[in-house]
Amino acid sequence: MTAIRVQAEDFDPAAELAVLTASGGKSGALASFVGLVRADGGLTAMTIEHYPGMTEREIEIHAAEACERWPLLDLRVVHRIGMLTPGERIVFVGASAAHREAAFRAVEFLIDYLKTRAPFWKQEERAGQKTWVDAKETDEKAVSRWR
Amino acid sequence: MKLLYFAWVRQKTGVGEEEFALPAGVRDVTALIEALRKRGAGYADAFGNVSRLRCAVNQQHVDFAARLGADDEVAFFPPVTGG
Repeated sequence: MTAIRVQAEDFDPAAELAVLTASGGKSGALASFVGLVRADGGLTAMTIEHYPGMTEREIEIHAAEACERWPLLDLRVVHRIGMLTPGERIVFVGASAAHREAAFRAVEFLIDYLKTRAPFWKQEERAGQKTWVDAKETDEKAVSRWR
Repeated sequence: MKLLYFAWVRQKTGVGEEEFALPAGVRDVTALIEALRKRGAGYADAFGNVSRLRCAVNQQHVDFAARLGADDEVAFFPPVTGG
């Protein structure tokens, strides 16, 4: 039931939500998060690299943990790789549950783990200069609340 | 064993993936890093500051005390920045 995709192509949040909506009437709540590329400080492009195999495995482990922690009906994660430009979608995390609390919590939990455990690396480009993004302490703090 | 490098670790070593014979006496990640540092300037640079490095063995996050086997897949990379 959990769907995980790592892809270069864009995704359609409405299509992802449509799949989460089709629960045969069991779902009462959908929550979702979409991450976008910000044009911070003159950023012109962002390239995302990943570790094929381990990425999917890490997301699967935490998706399974989310399903154990909350009564979820469905869970969908899409993460893009390759070169993206400001305004483009990077990631989608969506959850369906009977009640909103499980859906909200599961989405927050998964995006926090995605940011700190899934092997993705972002490289930013500004005025032709490429720099690797440093991990943020605030992301480690965010994930620590689930332990 | 199979070694994989990502992000700036890959750029510094100059390769993304390579086969490497686990040297005699190398039993954990710390000892492997020591051995890799001796392979040239790019490797010395990539493995110079271990506080900025993370490691996975057989696609699982590990700390540097993790034991290694001759057929392991070992990856080195900076702290992750996805999402």
